[in-house]
Amino acid sequence: MTTQIQVVPTVQTSTQAVKSTHYLKEIGFWTALILAFVFFMFPLYWMLVTSMKPRADVELVPPTFIPFVDFQPTIDNYVDVFFKDRAGIGLTETDTEAARAVSEFPQTLTNSIIITTTTTILAVVMGTLAGYAFSRFQIKGESDMLFFILSTRMLPPVVVLIPIFLMFNQPGVLINDALQTIPIPLIQTFGESIKDFTLRNSYIGITLLYITAGLPFVVWMMKGFFDEIPKEYEEAAMIDGYSRIEAIWKIVLPEAFPAMLATSVFVIITAWNEFVFVLLLNRDDATTVPPFLYSIIGYGQVEWGRMAATSVLFLLPVVIFTFLARNHLLRGVTFGAVRR
Amino acid sequence: MAKIRIDNLSKQYSPNTPLAVKDLDLDIADGEFLVLLGPSGCGKTTTLRCIAGLEHQTEGDIFIGNRAVNGLPASERDIAFVFQFYALYPHLSVYDNISFPLRAQSINKEEVERRVQQVATLLQIEHILKRKPNSLPSGEQQRAALGRAIIRRPQVFLMDEPLTNLDASLRTDMRVELKYLQADIGTTMVYVTHDQIEAMSMAHRIAIMNQGVLQQVGTPLEVYNNPKTLFVAGFIGTPPMNFIDCRVIESNGIADASGAFRLSNTRIDKLKATLPNPDTPLVFGIRSEDISITADPDKGQVRGQVAVREPLGDETIYEVEVGENILRVKTEPTALFDAGDNIGLDFTEERMHLFNANTEQVFTI
Repeated sequence: MTTQIQVVPTVQTSTQAVKSTHYLKEIGFWTALILAFVFFMFPLYWMLVTSMKPRADVELVPPTFIPFVDFQPTIDNYVDVFFKDRAGIGLTETDTEAARAVSEFPQTLTNSIIITTTTTILAVVMGTLAGYAFSRFQIKGESDMLFFILSTRMLPPVVVLIPIFLMFNQPGVLINDALQTIPIPLIQTFGESIKDFTLRNSYIGITLLYITAGLPFVVWMMKGFFDEIPKEYEEAAMIDGYSRIEAIWKIVLPEAFPAMLATSVFVIITAWNEFVFVLLLNRDDATTVPPFLYSIIGYGQVEWGRMAATSVLFLLPVVIFTFLARNHLLRGVTFGAVRR
Repeated sequence: MAKIRIDNLSKQYSPNTPLAVKDLDLDIADGEFLVLLGPSGCGKTTTLRCIAGLEHQTEGDIFIGNRAVNGLPASERDIAFVFQFYALYPHLSVYDNISFPLRAQSINKEEVERRVQQVATLLQIEHILKRKPNSLPSGEQQRAALGRAIIRRPQVFLMDEPLTNLDASLRTDMRVELKYLQADIGTTMVYVTHDQIEAMSMAHRIAIMNQGVLQQVGTPLEVYNNPKTLFVAGFIGTPPMNFIDCRVIESNGIADASGAFRLSNTRIDKLKATLPNPDTPLVFGIRSEDISITADPDKGQVRGQVAVREPLGDETIYEVEVGENILRVKTEPTALFDAGDNIGLDFTEERMHLFNANTEQVFTI
């Protein structure tokens, strides 16, 4: 008698079901991640690629994407950044040595660096001290003050364009008018001497403005951070014989450093990219890169390649700084997220 | 070493809020281990911080030694403070933490090294000197915090619930160690806790506070045996003292509203004589170990019925219903009664307390 062998169809076991759901989830996750990455990174990539394209290839339809494959990259645009001025006069194949212009880019980049660095250092130092005071001391009207500080960020900047311009244009005149009312000759002479003082076209003016804009953010962030650090650390240090300032310097600031770094990055980015006010207040030698970038449009044919190259170079300092600070940045940004 | 005198201390954190500390008067002797005891929010930590100079008092004077320290910052009061969560500087090693106070005094390196080693040996923490506080278990962190306080050789130690963050067995060990340490060093110590067992086991004297007001100061046995207020009577002792609301009855003695509890003896009669008004509502208090149970309900001073039996091994606690009241009675483990048994209760005469229900003060004879 032959034995019947029955073939039983295999039923998918629960482990297998879990496994395939797991794979689906993985695929879904990675798809979403890649899509998001492409979405955010494509503009940057396009800018980078445009900066390497010869002029003819920039506005090509269909567009070309990959260097060395679709087109031959060139450094001409980067040369133009440094050797062509606003008017577009500079080093080309036909220009002679004598016609080589000096680009405004190095000067504007220097201005950007100086203004942003000064703004950041002063805003973060002052904001940290203010945030500490709000956190540790019982100040009369504290919550009102904090609200006022926050409310400045609710204001659309364009609303104060004209008042700021008027204030910065000739602050000396207003002050002088007030000083002239005081019947003391020395003060009146002083008033006359500052009448022509202007905050325009200078580092001081725009830096003061940026500090004013950045301080509220720093104060709020650092106050929140200090609220998370128990005040017993400073109290222990003060009992141990240190003054409050020494206690802050030795104990609190090392703890606060990641938060200060994270806050600096936000201030740097805001000051670095600011366009409208510096366009309004500073001209020519005192301007920063964003208005310069804007000013090289509109001379005949738009030089996209040169603009892209300028943008890439403009990005570099901030990217390098953020990259170097990335470890501290993560800790600084997530403070306050988990309550003790 | 120094004595501390607190005169009329009051602290109000912001206007229109209740006082955190009200008119506190306290004298702490040189070399004494005084415990400030009370529930959360009673003002004990505020008082400690005022002594330390970490808070400014609203009113009152504080003297350390013979020096008025009212306006002095914390760094100049020559005190050491141990915080509840130790406050060890996280970015410094244990060695640097302990030597931190000495560096403020600009002491030379060899002397610093010598003193740190001395303290480390005393507290048995030589093996952790190079490590950072966050990598240590709480027991060792606490010793490091103690080391940082001891090394300064201050006039006074102030401690704010330092044992709270330790687990139970470690807490028991550290209680004993702290007591020995204080006896060894001999420095005045003011210790804040909400745990009455810590207070009873460690203190020379206990100062009990409630809602900003000092209730009583005395040795552990004084506050246990002779509580001056209802709060002290109910706060000290485990299980808490039994309380029965009652009034004087005309015939004799005292009774509760239902009449199920009725008591009369010489002591009660003497206490009755001190009452300003015979209608004063009273609270009768007796500790669970001062009540004894007899099997025959008629042989006891008061009749009751056993509701719950809690055999704890070394003793048994019975919850006994007397009318509307439930009394806890502590007996030896051999006494055996069951829930539902009718029993008689006897109260030790000398150990009864009578309180004025309105003023919450004890009547004394």
